Amino acid sequence: MTQHRRSFLFAAALAASAQFGGIGLAFADTTLVSVSYDPTRELYKAFNDAFAARWKADTGETVTIRQSHGGSGAQARAVIDGLDADVVTLALESDINAIVEKTHKINPDWRGRLPNNSAPYTSTIVFLVRKGNPKGINDWGDLVKDGVEIITPNPKTSGGARWNYLAAWAWAWNQSGGDEAKVKEFIGKLFQHVPVLDTGARGSTLSFAQKGLGDVLLAWENEAYLVLDEFGADQFDIVAPPTSILAEPPVAVVDANVDAKGTRKVAEAYLNYLYSAEGQTLIAKNHYRPFKPDLVPAADLPKLPDIKLITIDDPVFGGWKKAQPYHFGDGGVFDQIYKPAQ
Amino acid sequence: MSLAGAAGWRFSKPSVVPGFGLTLGFSLAYLTLIILIPLAALLLRSASLGWPQFWAIATDARVLHALKLSFGASLLAALVNVVFGTVVAWVLVRYRFPGRRVIDAIVDLPFALPPAVAGIALTTLYAPRGWIGAIFAPLGVKIAYTPLGIVIALVFIGLPFVVRTVQPVMEEIDREVEEAAATLGAGRAQTLLRVLLPGLAPAITTGFALAFARAVGEYGSVIFIAGNLPLKTEIAPLLIVIKLEEYNYAGATAIAAIMLAISFAMLFVINLLQSWSRRRYG
Repeated sequence: MTQHRRSFLFAAALAASAQFGGIGLAFADTTLVSVSYDPTRELYKAFNDAFAARWKADTGETVTIRQSHGGSGAQARAVIDGLDADVVTLALESDINAIVEKTHKINPDWRGRLPNNSAPYTSTIVFLVRKGNPKGINDWGDLVKDGVEIITPNPKTSGGARWNYLAAWAWAWNQSGGDEAKVKEFIGKLFQHVPVLDTGARGSTLSFAQKGLGDVLLAWENEAYLVLDEFGADQFDIVAPPTSILAEPPVAVVDANVDAKGTRKVAEAYLNYLYSAEGQTLIAKNHYRPFKPDLVPAADLPKLPDIKLITIDDPVFGGWKKAQPYHFGDGGVFDQIYKPAQ
Repeated sequence: MSLAGAAGWRFSKPSVVPGFGLTLGFSLAYLTLIILIPLAALLLRSASLGWPQFWAIATDARVLHALKLSFGASLLAALVNVVFGTVVAWVLVRYRFPGRRVIDAIVDLPFALPPAVAGIALTTLYAPRGWIGAIFAPLGVKIAYTPLGIVIALVFIGLPFVVRTVQPVMEEIDREVEEAAATLGAGRAQTLLRVLLPGLAPAITTGFALAFARAVGEYGSVIFIAGNLPLKTEIAPLLIVIKLEEYNYAGATAIAAIMLAISFAMLFVINLLQSWSRRRYG
């Protein structure tokens, strides 16, 4: 009797394993590793679910997306040091360029492979102020008025902070008619109004919104709207300065990794889906500026303010490849601001 | 045995447990893998810089300031912990009161708490609008985002190191020792300074060294409360992270190597002091 039962159990186990093994073969589970920067958590959480559902409907395959977030530079460094990312969606073109230069894992022509320089969404830098704007901060020049405290992260460690810095630089450049000495003076003055340099954009947001520090937060536009959602619109106002910077957070497939893992097809589909009507709608819903707003239903298009946006390829900056070392490199303009007077 | 005693030194002392060769071999292999190889890699990487560049980094005003701040604040925090940690240990060992076990357990919290959590909690309390910060703000005293805030964070993470090293040694001291001192005519201060403290000195120095070493390397909790302003509240570990963000691995390892050298020198001196005090009083 026991003998019988044992063999029965064994047969059942064998049958079960064969069955589930078969299922496993028919629907190969694909895992996609997506590496992104800090403020995109909410966007990619929604987007990954939408993409997994779409991929299942189109191909019958189940795709699991392992999403990671962190400071843009730190994330790029993780990929350089061997994190097997299939796609990277970072804050700065220069962070993807760093992966290209250090590891050659991404093809140097990556920027031309997807529309709009591989930026499916854009954003900009706005001011978040206390309700009623008690210090009267409406433009970049108001930031350096006496008694104004500015909260921004450290451009050395935060991608968002670099956009803050560049937006301020662009304003001062136009204001002074391209007098670099005056621009540097303005930037230096601006950072003297900063009481705390957090290491990342989220840290600064918390310093401003939760700990009540400072009069104005220089923030990603989407992050500013997120603060209104999270902390209540009755505490803060968003101020759109007349000019700001066009931040183009780029996306790219990590060629060497997808070829090694055989995930190129799904990785490319993932990034292309960002440009689809569904992708662009999710982007708009999360307060980013979609690249193709005409694909988004009018009800979902947020009423983002009209701001004159200057791009990084403007002659003021001459593109990331030039701006990155000039402003943020070791001994660059930002370091000079903090050189002690000698 | 007597021969070995005459020579003063022997390769291994006889022990009831066999396996000296095996355990020594394991210890060496383990230390090599976990400590020596990473440290060697660090030195090798910073050596790729060459002297002039290394020297330029070492004497850069920002680096110097950060090093001064990191080591100064750590030293101060360790000293504070030596005084108050010893008092806490004393209370826990010598007195029985309700809630003693709870307090005993609370001392370990800074060990267990993730540094980021500690940093955020302390900053929230000590920020100008926080519970404690709001008390000091009208007096013109800023705590968070100043070197004072850094010291507070380092005191927090260092406290258990002192308490936990001093406590067991204190438990070994019999109450009779104090009573004997009293019957022999020692005053209270004399009992404390000449009878109790000498016995505790080695444990206190160990606690000091541990708290200090931990504070020097602390990053997670400090960056939240420090403010991170260059030349004001920027700690050396943050400068290392900044160098890494620039993909300047050699520069980062250079600062790390300098920190390592200073830490090693200080711990070496502390160990010397300790063995001296052990010979003197032990």
